[in-house]
Order: sequence, then structure tokens, then C-alpha cells
Amino acid sequence: MNLAVKDIKHNLGRFTLTAVGIGMLLMVVMGMGGIYRGIIEDATLLIDKIGADIWVVQHNTRGPFAEISRIPQNIDYRTLAIPGVVSARKFVQHTIQRSYQNKRLRMTVVGLDWPVDKGKWLPLVAGRILNQNHYEMVADRSLGMALGAKIKLGKDTYKVVGITSNMISSGGDGIGFFTVNDALDIQFNTPAEAIRLERAARGVRLRKSDQGLKQPGLIEYAYQESNQLPALESPRVSAVMLSIAPGASPEQISSIIAGWNDVSVFTREDERQLLLKGSVEKVRRQIGLFRALLTIISAIIMALILYTLTLDKLHSIALLKLIGASNWMILKLILQQAIVLGMLGFGIAYLLGQKIFPRFPRRVILSDDDLVQLALIVIAISVVSSFLGIWKAMKVAPNEALN
Amino acid sequence: MKTYGSGNTEVQAMQDASMNVAHGEIVALLGPSGAGKSTFLTAIGLINLPTSGRITIDNQLVVIGPQPMVNLKIFRRKHLGFVFQKSNLIPFLSARENVQIAIEINGFKPRAARKRALQLLDELGMDSRADNFPSMLSGGQQQRIAISRALANRPAVILADEPTAALDSHLGRQVMELFRDLAHKHGTAVIVVTHDQRSLDVFDTIYEMEDGIIKPMH
Ligand SMILES: Nc1ncnc2c1ncn2[C@@H]1O[C@H](COP(=O)(O)OP(=O)(O)OP(=O)(O)O)[C@@H](O)[C@H]1O
Ligand SMILES: [Mg+2]
Repeated sequence: MNLAVKDIKHNLGRFTLTAVGIGMLLMVVMGMGGIYRGIIEDATLLIDKIGADIWVVQHNTRGPFAEISRIPQNIDYRTLAIPGVVSARKFVQHTIQRSYQNKRLRMTVVGLDWPVDKGKWLPLVAGRILNQNHYEMVADRSLGMALGAKIKLGKDTYKVVGITSNMISSGGDGIGFFTVNDALDIQFNTPAEAIRLERAARGVRLRKSDQGLKQPGLIEYAYQESNQLPALESPRVSAVMLSIAPGASPEQISSIIAGWNDVSVFTREDERQLLLKGSVEKVRRQIGLFRALLTIISAIIMALILYTLTLDKLHSIALLKLIGASNWMILKLILQQAIVLGMLGFGIAYLLGQKIFPRFPRRVILSDDDLVQLALIVIAISVVSSFLGIWKAMKVAPNEALN
Repeated sequence: MKTYGSGNTEVQAMQDASMNVAHGEIVALLGPSGAGKSTFLTAIGLINLPTSGRITIDNQLVVIGPQPMVNLKIFRRKHLGFVFQKSNLIPFLSARENVQIAIEINGFKPRAARKRALQLLDELGMDSRADNFPSMLSGGQQQRIAISRALANRPAVILADEPTAALDSHLGRQVMELFRDLAHKHGTAVIVVTHDQRSLDVFDTIYEMEDGIIKPMH
């Protein structure tokens, strides 16, 4: 006869409630672990998906994710000259906060070097990648924009042609993918009036300068669009990403670029670490510590619950001893119940989590490793707390049944 | 002899407590509250060993003072059956299971144990209540289950501490007669602590205990 099963059957209601209680507690622990994983995954997803082997950024910065980086656009031509570099893509990233349909819209704008990079690597859930150099965007689902929606950013209106999922910046904002040119336009959008004033100012400056006085013909140039002026540089990009040939050594190529005095260079793994050790570090540690605390507290609560469960049975245990039950029989009763409760709680936590976590604004990732780890912790708690109970049960004298 | 505690709180619960009980004999132990009756019974029951003295059961010297001569747990299981004032059933087991578990503990397979449990319940007229839990049974019914359990392993000695205290006089009498039949038909030695004066006629011998001293009553 299995005493543990008999007891559970007889106190089914109470047992179920306890299991549900433990389940909810474990769900919170599980969720906290999932949020932690989610933050790490989200932070590095873009770096992993975009598939660059080497990142060239502004000299002495840790950009473009951990801090702002600005480099001249023409770096891509210089890097392409290095043997082993297969492709060089310009990369632009900045975060804007505008309004969309009368709601606040925070979006990280990422520029893709169209047509070299049309966004084939984007994890699309709907629509298509960028088909033209202007006025199209691929929006992350978390931005809440529908396929075909239009949004005015600066002077121009952009149409959502594709939707991705889980593409989120390290700050937690959904990413909108544009061409590099559009991304720069959005960032450096200057009102027409400002442009007119700047052109006028350029003319005035030139007229006053030596050069303007000697060559009045130049003054006409000053009133032209800025990107037609050889003397003005085009807007800077955040970084240039390199893909290298199969067989080529990223270290070797990096060391060549590191010799240039105007840029810094990082490998993909460097970039991941910069992010995890940099901007995400504090959030990660905060949640990591909270998760550890939560695990410890749940362990204590679970141990108490299981211990009380044993205390409730002390009279029965004394009675069993009185009629000659072996210690093993009593140990089995306590241990089996604890493990059944623990595993049941774990199952409930998992099922509840599957229903609830997807509703969270950011990803909650239940990785197999984390689940296995938690399951082991639960079993350990069950065993340890039953030993507390068993220790108490072993001390029970048979004549306690008589009181 | 049995001494509880020491110094100021010392209590001499048993001073001169000797008793010889033969197979098939049913014995009553009377006495006022605090006389040491329960102490005596739990000492023979090997639950609460005496401070000094000897206990011999089934021709085997079991205890010398607080020193056990045998494995008490196994000995208790094989040779002794207990019935107490409160029925002391395991609440999460049915009537049948309460009896069955005692038989299983003695090494029987569940199937055989179940059969014997039902047999015992039948003997005590409780077969119709086999699947009820203790909370659904009356005090007298619970006591009969407890007696079935005490009989489970055909013990040489049955020890009962005020087994009828929770029962009305009619039921109490029935239980006492049951004990007598057990003693006379199965050769079990039965020791019953009781306050119930009306059932004294079922006993072969009656002892009285006062201030830790046991004397035969005439
Ligand atoms: N565990 C104990 N520790 C200390 N003293 C005890 C203990 N158990 C019993 N006593 C004392 O020993 C004496 C005898 O107690 P016991 O329980 O044997 O009496 P009893 O004859 O069974 O009384 P009742 O008829 O009320 O059940 C009492 O004075 C009691 O206070
Ligand atoms: Mg008593």
C-alpha cells in the first residue's frame, strides 16, 4: 500500500491548492529567469542576425550599440581594399521618439546599406524586405504598426512593407529598418527654413572671406544643396560592417584596420560582450540578483510548506511507528509527497507560464537549460525540506500517538 | 519501577508493579487517575521502558530496566497489539486499509494482507464499513477497527488502555466481551485498563493500582 498516494487522495483538495500555490510561486521564479534570458537575447539578437564579422567604428569609442559612434561614409571603400574583406556595409542606428496615431512611438532607427544589404537576414513574419532606396521601412511587431501603414518622419512619409518579430534595441525599443539614406534623413532632417538660412549664411561667409572676394563666381556654389558641395562632408554613419571570406582571419584583418588612426575595430564577439558588459550590464545584474533572491525565498517558502505538511502527519507517523512501521516506510511517505508536490508545482508553473508570459511587453524566454536547472532546484528543495520533516518524524516517539 | 524526570519534578509513577498473565487470560487493571496505569501498560508495551524491573513475554526476557534485550520494534510488531482510549486510526486510510497496513508492515503481500484485513473486520462485524474513513465512523465503530488492527498479527498479548471510555455502556460491554472471547478462544493474553465497573464480570483476574503499586483485588 502506498501511504503517500493514499494521503494525497484523501486530502486531494488541500493537496491541489498547495500544488497550485507552489506552482504560482515557481512560475514567478521561472518568469524572472525568462526575463533575464530575454534581455540577453534581445540585446544581442541584432548583432547575431545582421551577420557582420567585423565592426569598424569611431576611433576610441565602443560603438555603435554601447555608445554613439560617427564615422565617415567612405570607410567602406577603404576597408574593401583589404584582402579577405568580401563586403562592407554602412550601418546607422539612432533612437527617436515621435508620435504615431496619437500615441507615443519610441523607435530605434536602423539604416541598411541598400542595395548591398536589402535586409535578407531580417526575421520577417509578414510582408517583404526593402525593395527601393527610399520611403519604405520594415517595422518590428512591437512597434504596433500594421503592414501597409504609413508614417511621416521628418519631411518624408514611409510605408511599412514588412514586419519582424523580436527585433529590439538594447534599450528595449522596437526597431524600424530603413535604407541608410532614409535613416540619415530621419536623423538629420532639417526644416526648409533652416536650410535656406544656412545657405544664406554660407553666402555671407564666403562674400566676407578672401576667397569670395577674389573669386566671386564661387558664391553661386554656396547657395547649392549641401551634398553637392565638395567642401562639405556627407553625413556620418554609425559604423561599417565587414563580411570576410571563408578562410580569411578576422584577427588579421582587424589588426590591419586597428592600425588606422581614425577608427576602432571590433569582432562580432567583441560587440556582443560590449553590449552585455556595457549598456545591458546593470539591468542584467539587477534582474539576475533579483532572480537569485526570488529563488532563495521560494526555496524557503516551499521548504516551510513541505515541512508543515509533515508536521500535520506527525500523529499518523507516531501511530505507524507504534504498529511497527520501518523508518524507510515513513521516509518514503514524506519524500514521495514532497517530490510529487514539487514536480506538480513545476508543471503548473510551466503551463501557467506558457499562457501568461507571451502577454509580457518584452520577451520571456524559457530556455531548456534554465528549466532543467529550476527542476533540479525544486527536487533539491523537496528532498532537503523532507529531510527536515523526516528528522522531526524520526524523533517522534511511538507513545506520542497516545496523546 | 518507573521514575519520570529528576530532582524537584521527579515522579515515581511505578514503584511495585508486578503482574503475571497467562495465555488465554483476560485481566483488568483498575485505579484512580494518576495511579500509573498507563505508565505500566506502555512499559509492557515496550513503548516507554521502565527505570528498573524485568518484562518477560512469551517466555522471552525482553527488557531489564531501561535496557532492551531484543529489537523492540520487531518484537512489538510480532507479539503485541494495542488498543487505546482514542481509537488512534490513521485518518487518511479507510477502515480496511488501517488494518491492512499493520499486516503489510509484518511482511505480508498487499493481496494477502487485504484478504486477512477483510476477514478480521468481518469477525468484528465491521465488514460493511470496510471502505469508510475513520471520520465517517462512530466512536464504537472506530474502536472495533482499532481492535481489528490490534489483532492483525495474532499477537500473544493485547494491551488496551481504557478502550471503552468513548463508548456507551452497551457498546462498552460488547467490546469487553469481544476481548474475553479473544482470550478464551485464541489464547491471547489481554490486559485492559478500565474505569468501567459494570463489565468487571468478564475478567478472569482483576488488579488494582494506586500510587504506583499494583495489588490483586478480591
Ligand atoms: N511523560 C511523563 N513525564 C512526567 N510525568 C509523567 C509522564 N507521564 C505520566 N507522568 C506522571 O506519572 C504518573 C502516572 O501517570 P499515568 O498516566 O500512568 O496515570 P494513569 O493511571 O494512567 O492515570 P489516568 O487514569 O488519568 O489515565 C502521574 O503522576 C503523571 O503525572
Ligand atoms: Mg491513563
